Amino acid sequence: MDFNFSEEQTMIRDSLARLLRDQYEFETRRKVSESESGWRPEMWQQFAELGLLAAPFSEEDGGLGGGALDSMVIMEEFGKALVVEPYIPTIVCAGGFLKHAGSPAQKEEHLTAIIGGERVFAFAYAEPRGRYDLADLETTAKKDGDGYVINGHKAVVIGAPWASHLIVTARTSGDRRDKDGISVFIVEKDAKGITTRDYPTVDGRRASEVYFENVSVPADALIGEEGKALPLIERVVDEATVAVCAEAMGAMGVAHQMTVEYSKQRKQFGVAIGKFQVLQHRMVDMFMEHEQSISMTYMATLKLDEDEETRKKAVSAAKVRIGQGGRFVGQEAVQIHGGMGMTDELAVGHYFKRLTMIDSEFGNVDHHMRRYTALTAEPVKMAAE
Amino acid sequence: MNLEFTPEEIEFRKEVRAFIEENYPQHLRGVGAREDLSKEYMLAWHQILGKKGWSVPAWPEKYGGTGWTPTQKYIWSEENARMDTIMPLPFGVSMVGPVIYTFGSEEMKAKHLPGIRDGSVWWCQGYSEPGAGSDLASLKTTAVRDGDHYVINGQKTWTTLAQHADWGFFLCRTDPNAAKPQEGISFILADMNTPGIEVKPIKTIDGGHEVNETWLTDVRVPVENLVGKENEGWTYAKFLLAHERSGIAGVARSKRGVEKLRQIASTEVLDGKPLIKDDDFIRKIGQLEIDLTALEFTELRTLASEAAGKGPGPESSILKVKGTEIQQRLTELTLEAVGHYGHPYFRGFPEDGSNEFPIGPDYAHQAAPTYFNMRKTSIYGGSNEIQRNIITKMILGL
Repeated sequence: MDFNFSEEQTMIRDSLARLLRDQYEFETRRKVSESESGWRPEMWQQFAELGLLAAPFSEEDGGLGGGALDSMVIMEEFGKALVVEPYIPTIVCAGGFLKHAGSPAQKEEHLTAIIGGERVFAFAYAEPRGRYDLADLETTAKKDGDGYVINGHKAVVIGAPWASHLIVTARTSGDRRDKDGISVFIVEKDAKGITTRDYPTVDGRRASEVYFENVSVPADALIGEEGKALPLIERVVDEATVAVCAEAMGAMGVAHQMTVEYSKQRKQFGVAIGKFQVLQHRMVDMFMEHEQSISMTYMATLKLDEDEETRKKAVSAAKVRIGQGGRFVGQEAVQIHGGMGMTDELAVGHYFKRLTMIDSEFGNVDHHMRRYTALTAEPVKMAAE
Repeated sequence: MNLEFTPEEIEFRKEVRAFIEENYPQHLRGVGAREDLSKEYMLAWHQILGKKGWSVPAWPEKYGGTGWTPTQKYIWSEENARMDTIMPLPFGVSMVGPVIYTFGSEEMKAKHLPGIRDGSVWWCQGYSEPGAGSDLASLKTTAVRDGDHYVINGQKTWTTLAQHADWGFFLCRTDPNAAKPQEGISFILADMNTPGIEVKPIKTIDGGHEVNETWLTDVRVPVENLVGKENEGWTYAKFLLAHERSGIAGVARSKRGVEKLRQIASTEVLDGKPLIKDDDFIRKIGQLEIDLTALEFTELRTLASEAAGKGPGPESSILKVKGTEIQQRLTELTLEAVGHYGHPYFRGFPEDGSNEFPIGPDYAHQAAPTYFNMRKTSIYGGSNEIQRNIITKMILGL
C-alpha cells in the first residue's frame, strides 16, 4: 500500500497550480463565465501544452502513460479554482470510451486530436425522463444500411456548446431500461438533423439540450459492440464520477479554508467570530468532511480497475460521502460567512453552487446509496460459533 | 499510489493468520472482549503474544517493538479482528509504556517495560477526578515531597479495570503555586498495593463493573517513581493522549462488527423477509459501512504519514471522533436489529457455564448493554468535543 504521488503527478500538480494561480483567479473566472462563449479555448491550449490532456492516456495511445490518478490530481486543482473547461467530458468520458473500446482507426482519428487540444467533446447520455439510470433510454439508433439513424433528446449535456463532437448513448434494440440493446456513438455536432438549445448552468458552466432528428451516422461511428455497451458506459461513468469527486474535494478544501480565514477577520460583539466555540466546532466538522472526501476519492480512484462489483461499490461509496460532505461544507461555508456568503461578489457562494451541482452529476446521494445497498443486501449466513 | 499488497505482505498475512489460528486459546474463541471477563482471560492472549515478541508492535524495536510497517500493522489488526481476539489492554501497551520509554530513566525502563511486554503486570490510569474531566488540568490530587518519597492525597475516578491493577500512573499536582494549571503537574507511578490506595467500584448503566473510584490517602511512593521531571507531567500526559487516540479508531473491529450486524439482519425477519432486505434498514447499514470506509482510508493515510516520520499528531483527533461515532452507531443498529430481544437483562452468560434457560437468540444477549456501554467512547480519551477543540487550535489555528 502506498499513498504517495509519483514525481510526474507532483510535477503536474505544481505546474497546474501555478498556471491557475496566475491566470484563473476568481475575477477572471467570473468574467470568462459571463462572456459570450463562457470558456477560454486558449486556456484549453495551455492545458494541452502542460500535458494535462495527455496525462491519463497510455504511451501507446499517444499519452504520457498515466491514468485515473493523474486525472484525480488535475481535477482536484480544477476544483480549487472552479475551472469550467470540459476536462471530464472530453478527457475522462470521450477519452475513456476511446481508450477502453475504440478501434485503432477511431483512436487515430480522435485521440490524437483530443490530446493535442484540437477536439473538444461532450457526453450526451442523460435524458429528460431517464434520471440517473444509464439504461433508461428513449433515444434510438436504428440500423440503416451500413450506418445508423439516431432520434431522440439528450438533456443537460455539459460543455456541449463548446464541443465539436458528441458521445451519444442510444438504444439499438430492446425496450426502455433493458440492459441489453444499448450502443455508443461518436457524432459530429454539426451533423445534419442535430439542433441544440444552449444555456448557462447555475454553477457558471454551459450546457445544451441536444435534439436528434433522423441523424445519419456511418458504421464506424459505433464504439465497441452494438447493443452491448452498458458495462462500458457504466465503467466510463464510474471513472467520471471519481473525477468529479476529486473536483469536489478541491472545492471543499477551498470553501473550508475561506471560511476559517473569514472567521479570523470578521468581528462581532468585539471579537473575531472564529473565537466562538459554536462556530469552531462546525468548522472542525467541515475539516473532517473534507479529509474524509480526500480519503474516499483516493480509495475509489485506486479501485477503478478492480472487478466490476468492487469498483461499483467503491465509486458509489465515494459519491455518497462526497455528496453529503459537499452539501455540508457548502451550506456551512455560506452560513458562517453570514450575509456576505449570500452575495454574488464573494467567491464562497460560487464554491457552494458548484458543490451543490456536483451532487447530481453522475448520480446523487440517493442513487448511489441505492446502487451500493443493492450490491450488499444479500442475506449472509450466521458464522459458526 | 496503490492499494496492492506486496508478496512479502501477503506472506506476512499468512504467517500471522496461521499463528493466531494455532495459538489463540480454544476457551477464548467466540467469547470476544467484555469488561466482566476474569483477569486471566483478559491477559491470556497478551501473554502468548509477549512470548512471541508481538505484544507491543508499535514500540521502537530497541524496546521490543516489531518494526512492522503501517501496512503490516493494518494486517495484524485485521487478522486479530477476524478471530475476535481479546487484545492486550491499552493502559500499559499504548499509554504508560510509550511514556516510560520516551521520558523515563533507564532504571525505570528496565523495571517496568518487561512486565508491560509480557503481560504480567496490569496497569491502570489515574487521570480524571470528580472535579477534573474535560478540564483535566484542574486536577487537585497532590503529591508532596517528604524525603525520598512523595505523599499522594486525592481522588481519581473512572479508573478503568483498576480492580485488577498491579500498578497505576497518576497525574498529581506537585507545585500548587504554579502560574498556570498545566504547570506544576507530575506523572507518578504507584504500586497499587501501597497502603492508602483504595479502589471502589462504580456500576455503570450497562450493569457492568468496568470503572472505579480510586482514593489515595497518604500514599507514600518512592521518588524514583516520578517519570521524567517534576512539574513537567502535563507534557507527558498530552503525549500519552495523542498515542491513545491513534489506536482508538478501531477500524478492523468495526468492520467485523458490521459483518456480524449483517448476519443478524439476515436472520431477523421483517414482513416475512430478512431484515437486511428492508430498504430503510439496509440504507442505515450502507451509510455505516460507507462512513467506516472513509474512516479506514483516513487512518491509512494517517499511518502512511506517520511512517514518513511524523508522530501521531492532531489528525488523530479525527480518528477518535469518527471511530467512536461509528462504534456507537454500530451498537445502536445492532440493538435495533434484535428488536424485542433487546429487553431481557442478563448478568452472567450461558456460555460461561450457567444453566439459565436461554431467552432469545444468543446474538441479542449483549445488544443493549453493549449499546449502553459504548456511549462512553465519545466521552473518554478526551471527549469528542475536546477533540474538536484540539483541531480548532492545532489545525485551524483559531
